[in-house]
Amino acid sequence: MTVPTSNFVILAAILFAIGAAGVLLRRSGISILLGIELMLNAANLALVAFGRQHGQLDAQVFVFFVMAVAAAEVAVGLALLVAIFRKQQSIDVDRLNVMRW
Amino acid sequence: MGTAVFYLVAAVGVVSAIAAMAHRNPVVNVLSLVVTLFSIAVSYALLGAEFLAAAQILVYAGAILVLFLFVVMLLGAPAEPDAGESRPFQRTAGLALAALAAAGGAAVVAAIHAAAPAGALRGTAQALGVMLTGEYLFAFEFISVLLLAALVGALVLVKRKH
Repeated sequence: MTVPTSNFVILAAILFAIGAAGVLLRRSGISILLGIELMLNAANLALVAFGRQHGQLDAQVFVFFVMAVAAAEVAVGLALLVAIFRKQQSIDVDRLNVMRW
Repeated sequence: MGTAVFYLVAAVGVVSAIAAMAHRNPVVNVLSLVVTLFSIAVSYALLGAEFLAAAQILVYAGAILVLFLFVVMLLGAPAEPDAGESRPFQRTAGLALAALAAAGGAAVVAAIHAAAPAGALRGTAQALGVMLTGEYLFAFEFISVLLLAALVGALVLVKRKH
């Protein structure tokens, strides 16, 4: 039997809240990027669930595009972190208070 | 059967997501998030999105989190710095905003007048491929430009200056 759509939406909401809490509370740049990934995945899950609810395959195509954009975002974000670590010897976001060196 | 699998996978996913956000060791964070992403892949399979379930494992668990692990190792697994000054306001505000996000999700669920899903939908590689090379061809091609730009940007950012 099929699992109802609301179950998936609740799971997505819980995962999104955990990711949002991580982004807001953690101080390490890597953890913040991980939280963003978790939020993106929660949104993807909700999108696929609603797509099935409406019998639309377009939602899955959008999720595919979101995955590709997330891959690009992670590559640039991690490159930024590596560059920041080289300059500051730290990825504590509280210590990032200059825009240029 | 499907319901039991869903509850098992959801419990595992939520617990490992909490570990991914709350643990202080960044290697544990990344590896816990791998477990969460696997459980989301199983959810995709339960929703009939077969191609996305495979892509989720290949792209997220396989590529993106290996990249994360690479950077964590490259930076010498920097542990979370000890909280210098305590930040009671940020802590309260962060938890309140996260609770707000969860409440928004709950409100959406309450508003769903759950009709049964409209027919069985199977997101096979063939079905998605037809859409990607037909209706969404421009976006599909443009993704390659975006990935190239991200590749060049990442290389420029980490390049050592002489």
